[in-house]
Amino acid sequence: MAVSKKDPVLVVVELKGGNDFMNTIIPYTAGIYYDSRPVVGLKAEEVLPLNDTLAWNPNAEPLKDMYDQGDVAIVQGIGYPDSSRSHFRAMDVWHTCEPIEIGNEGWVGRVIRELDPKGENVLTGVSFGKGLPRALALSGVPATSVDNLDTYGLMTDIEADPQRLQALEIFKEMYSPTIGTSFVMDYLSQTGLDVIKGSDELKKAPAMYTSEVEYESNPIAKSLRDVARVHLADLGTRVFYTQHGGYDHHANEVPAHPKLLRELTGAIRDFFKDLRDHNASDEVVMLVFSEFGRRIRDNASGTDHGTGGGAFIIGDHVQGGLYAEYPSLDPARWANGEDLEHTIDFRGVYGTVLEQWMGLDPVPIVDGAFEQIAPFGSR
Amino acid sequence: MSKSDVALIAHLMRRAGFGATLTELDEYVKKGYENVVEDLVDIERCPPIDEDLLDRYFGGSEGGYRATWMYRMINSPRPLEEKMALFWHHVFATGIGKNQHILASALQIDMFRRVGLSNMREILLELSKDPAMIFWLDNNENRKGEPNENYGRELLELFSMGVGNYSEDDIKDCSRAFTGWTFAQPPPLYPQGYYPAHFVFIEEEHDDGEKTFLGQTGNLNGDDIIDIIVQQPACAGFISRHLYNFFVADEPQVPSWNVTPPQDPDAIETLSNAFLESDGNMRHVLKTLLNSDFFKAARFKKVKSPTELVTGIVKLVGTYQKPEPGMAKYPGATALMGQELLNPPTVEGWHTGKEWIDGGTLTERINFSVGELSDPSKPGIEQIISRLKADGSPLSPNEFVDKCLELAGPLEVGETTRESLVQFAASQGDLNIESDDAAEENNARVVRMLQLIVASREYQFA
Repeated sequence: MAVSKKDPVLVVVELKGGNDFMNTIIPYTAGIYYDSRPVVGLKAEEVLPLNDTLAWNPNAEPLKDMYDQGDVAIVQGIGYPDSSRSHFRAMDVWHTCEPIEIGNEGWVGRVIRELDPKGENVLTGVSFGKGLPRALALSGVPATSVDNLDTYGLMTDIEADPQRLQALEIFKEMYSPTIGTSFVMDYLSQTGLDVIKGSDELKKAPAMYTSEVEYESNPIAKSLRDVARVHLADLGTRVFYTQHGGYDHHANEVPAHPKLLRELTGAIRDFFKDLRDHNASDEVVMLVFSEFGRRIRDNASGTDHGTGGGAFIIGDHVQGGLYAEYPSLDPARWANGEDLEHTIDFRGVYGTVLEQWMGLDPVPIVDGAFEQIAPFGSR
Repeated sequence: MSKSDVALIAHLMRRAGFGATLTELDEYVKKGYENVVEDLVDIERCPPIDEDLLDRYFGGSEGGYRATWMYRMINSPRPLEEKMALFWHHVFATGIGKNQHILASALQIDMFRRVGLSNMREILLELSKDPAMIFWLDNNENRKGEPNENYGRELLELFSMGVGNYSEDDIKDCSRAFTGWTFAQPPPLYPQGYYPAHFVFIEEEHDDGEKTFLGQTGNLNGDDIIDIIVQQPACAGFISRHLYNFFVADEPQVPSWNVTPPQDPDAIETLSNAFLESDGNMRHVLKTLLNSDFFKAARFKKVKSPTELVTGIVKLVGTYQKPEPGMAKYPGATALMGQELLNPPTVEGWHTGKEWIDGGTLTERINFSVGELSDPSKPGIEQIISRLKADGSPLSPNEFVDKCLELAGPLEVGETTRESLVQFAASQGDLNIESDDAAEENNARVVRMLQLIVASREYQFA
């Protein structure tokens, strides 16, 4: 466990659609890369080498800079056996840690239950984005889902302030627990009042926040700024979850993927700078993942769904470097004859962060003991 | 018409349909409860919806299909046809996430609409031949000598009888009986677009050997299996409990049914008997259900599914009575509330009742409902305002609250809710609704009252 003045906090960033890891961390000296990717492949002279065989996509330069400072662990070949190429199924697997059976319990939900077994703080787990991802869904465990931090709350369509405040007061009274009603009625009371409590707390965050960092204007930057604002307001949130969409590049990958990488890595740089300016960067570790990588060969416009992908673990406490092995580029060792074969199970990577950063027993959360990596080695 | 007639018909329409506008309620009340049940169940008594118009407006995309279905729920002259399609979608939960083929998923729902009110034998037979289902549960990989038991198992466990009513050997031979039941692959999506897949029986892949299923031995094929299933009291009981859970009152989640007895065993027995005496005729079972005392007494005993909540709100505000752009936001809203149509999370279907509700989904439910009710010029709200006017003014806070509850449901609320609403009404005094000078202010008061009503705990129940 870290010697940190505060409880460790985890920020999970999900790249939706299947990030093309092979075009993020590029095997720039392998002929097969250029042979396989005549259209989407980057040229050797464009990339930013990190060693003799691998290079950063130039659009990920902000993350490369953080890597050079030793704050980024690259997990090179992440996946699971018999990987599903369906986005929804694959995301379910990542969300529930159930690659065979179909699971209902989200792994972050289980983390929240471990951290706050009595459900005392409705903000222990907070997700930014539309709807609650299944990763946070767990019956009986409160998790807060925020679409827009500045307008978060109930009855947001009531515009004028005095009216809305009055409506919320009436709402609280309507939802006050009553003796002799049904169990479900009681549960509704509790949930409704929890929402009010959560939004009352969250309201404090924008007001308390000042920063010199100017985030860019895109969805992931907005989400990470929201994470920063809530974290810095010290509301007791231990797990933040957010998503960055659009990585499903079957077509037009060449213009689209670089833009996403620029947005993502720029937002991560700004986020950590923001925390550092507030003396809080050592309280947070970020895990960035995607549901799968993409096919090795391009399809003349983009890449189809693949299997093995990559992940990043980022933070002051992280010992930067390359972890697990880069999937083999030898065609004889491709999965399904066309995919990168994973070299570490994603549940081992969750486990790494849960055990070595959050100080939790990962076995019940990820449903088993999986090989971990050691990106927090020096701590 | 008495108030209790209105309340009962409104209950019927929330359960057997998707709610009713005030105008529709008046018509139904005039017809009388039993006649309305006949109209609902014997769908031929009412005309079908104009399909050409729907295609032109909503198109065939994934979002478009969801919008079309929701439009049908709101406007079909045959609401129970849509409600039964939704029922079977809950029970035979097939997710588009796996096939990513909107046409196959849409055609499955069309099939539920076509046979959903026929008999159980026909329903299970169509289900077993449905390409979306075959692919969802891998029956296309179920071949002689190398059976895939996914469909065979779920057919028994989740679609017809429930665990505890068959053995692992029954699953094996049931699966063998469905070998060779597959579909002809449609042309690839790119560049041809979506083509329907269709069922084929491949003789060479079918296992012709002897099988034993629930005590009956022979060279059984899939249809023989279904014949045996639908005669089982376990099938009658299982489907009856599903119908009870969907139409009457919330039961615990399906996986616990083999250990948790039904809350109303007599009701399940009544439905099971109706099932068995009619060879699984859904119309007979549904008429029995909808005319039963246990159904009539079950008002507000069920948490609305997101689909029921959203369609009910749209009926209440009276919009989208004709196809218009913008419909897609409604299936989008149900998805945020935890029910993405055509994409149930697992083959077990959505968890219902209390499990619809968590902090995120409750926020979505309330904010959606309040948002939809914010504009007094929507036809349904205009109608509520004009009914309030017709009652004369001034309305005391008590009268104002009670009339709004009546017009927005009628909704039965507990004392806590009612008192809170009255207190809110009283803070602005009597409502002089007839005064034209204060029309804008009055309309705003009505809107605010309705917004609080749909935000209440009680409104989350059907």
